[in-house]
Amino acid sequence: MKTDPTRLTIHALIDAYRAGDTTPTAATEAYLARIAAHDEKLGAYLTVTREAALAQAHAADDRYRQGTPRGPLDGTPFAIKDVFCTRGVRTTCGSRILESFVPPYDATVVSRLKDAGAVLLGKANMDEFAMGSSTEHSAFKPTRNPWDLTRVPGGSSGGSAAAVAGDLAVAALGTDTGGSVRQPAAFCGVVGLKPTYGRVSRHGLVAFASSLDHVGPLTRDVQDCALVLEAIAGRDPHDSTSVDTSVPHYAAALTGDVRGLRIGVPREYFTPGMDAEVDGAVREAIAVLEKLGATTEEISLPMTDYGIAVYYIIAPAEASSNLARYDGVKYGLRVSGGKDLIDMVSRTRAAGFGAEVKRRIVLGTYALSAGYYDAYYGRAQKVRTLVRRDFEQAFARVDVIVAPTTPSVAFRHGEKEDPLSMYLNDVFTVGADLAGVPGISVRCGFTSAGLPIGLQVIGRAFDEPRVLRVAHAYEQATTWLDKRPQL
Amino acid sequence: MIGDKDVEHVARLARLALSESERSRMRDQLSVILQYIDKLKAIDVEGVEPTSHAVPLVNVMRDDEPAPCLPQADALANAPDPVGEFFRVPRIIED
Repeated sequence: MKTDPTRLTIHALIDAYRAGDTTPTAATEAYLARIAAHDEKLGAYLTVTREAALAQAHAADDRYRQGTPRGPLDGTPFAIKDVFCTRGVRTTCGSRILESFVPPYDATVVSRLKDAGAVLLGKANMDEFAMGSSTEHSAFKPTRNPWDLTRVPGGSSGGSAAAVAGDLAVAALGTDTGGSVRQPAAFCGVVGLKPTYGRVSRHGLVAFASSLDHVGPLTRDVQDCALVLEAIAGRDPHDSTSVDTSVPHYAAALTGDVRGLRIGVPREYFTPGMDAEVDGAVREAIAVLEKLGATTEEISLPMTDYGIAVYYIIAPAEASSNLARYDGVKYGLRVSGGKDLIDMVSRTRAAGFGAEVKRRIVLGTYALSAGYYDAYYGRAQKVRTLVRRDFEQAFARVDVIVAPTTPSVAFRHGEKEDPLSMYLNDVFTVGADLAGVPGISVRCGFTSAGLPIGLQVIGRAFDEPRVLRVAHAYEQATTWLDKRPQL
Repeated sequence: MIGDKDVEHVARLARLALSESERSRMRDQLSVILQYIDKLKAIDVEGVEPTSHAVPLVNVMRDDEPAPCLPQADALANAPDPVGEFFRVPRIIED
């Protein structure tokens, strides 16, 4: 030793704790020091919980000293996207309307991480109410991409991705409704998994679009991803959409063996308008998987081109309903002085929500309003069925689908001012959200400008073991993870 | 395709007070977005069942057993204007 603990993966950090090379407190202090030194320029955190983190780390120290650590996450320092309720710790969801909200309970995934012994460093920045693809729509500050500070980290889990990529947390939790874990993972060159719908509890997650919201880990490598997923997955009596299916030992699926596996390459995910360097890197990655013994075939997901349109009806419609709770009565901001209750509520919401959130509330309310419901919401739900069928038909022929995560790499701050061009960035990620199937993004190269490129692996519902195995086999066969950003 | 009146009507339904400039910007942006979304009209959805959730979930039932719930003080702790055991709101009924 002494290796810098902020450079290690979860599994390497645990090995170092067990070997006595470092301690949870030393690692936590090192992370807090890096946050103090670098987060002013990165903007990954909205709240840093220094004292609580050190207390959790001391408790983990004791467990290692007594030879009774809790398992593969004990004493590892996490960032939590500020969309998850944390008992006693301010949870803003990136919004003025929740600027001083202190939840009275922990989200289930947060309490599961705490039970596993994880140390919570703080709350990560995000697009307001998880609506955005750049973390420029946080009400408080933008987050910057550790690989190039003039560029966005992606979003909406941009703070989580930037924290992991910039060595300001070993891992993080994010949420993915249209791509909000996988897209920032691709832009920041980290691993990001959106599990199957129902695999992970959403209790205590500030709701955006309930039929599409998924909780997922952002990590340094695939093995870490498997460890975090195993800790947070499983049925939760507080979330009736969480499915009662046993949680496998995901790390055991990482055998490196993909021989005979059938990989589908969807022709609609290689569009003429996409970045040539992304196209090239993904095709090379597919060649690597073939060399490892997988077979590939071209498949078609014909509804790909309609995914964004379906998403921008269903997600805003559900958001308009979910966000009706912010009324200045029970919690959050209130703007007083109105002439009556409705006036108070309308002024509160006008002052508390940012432009993108207002846009989606109005769009969603419009799509649900009398006279338009069938034409928009009803039709979008039917096309969603066709999107699901695309994936079902593909998975009758192949075991996994491999594709780019995004059509381009991280764009510059302010580059996508027009809402629709921002929305179109999710074209390759929304499909898995609409169909509820698992998808992961892993690093598969860099552009000539040094920006990371994401490879996406999509699998059948609840087939995370195979998705992780393919991603891990690829990661082990390549050396992309050796490169790290300089802050 | 979406006019000022539509935006005003929908904003009222959504309890959002919009300034005039917000309203006209919203009208322009929503028109572009809705025009894009109109591509869904080209798809034949005759006889297709709608999807409301990606996984087939029906009603999830549990036994009706009392269990501890959020203490009242915790539930009121974030309220902007709590009074005793209540959330206070502006007057709703005329004198």
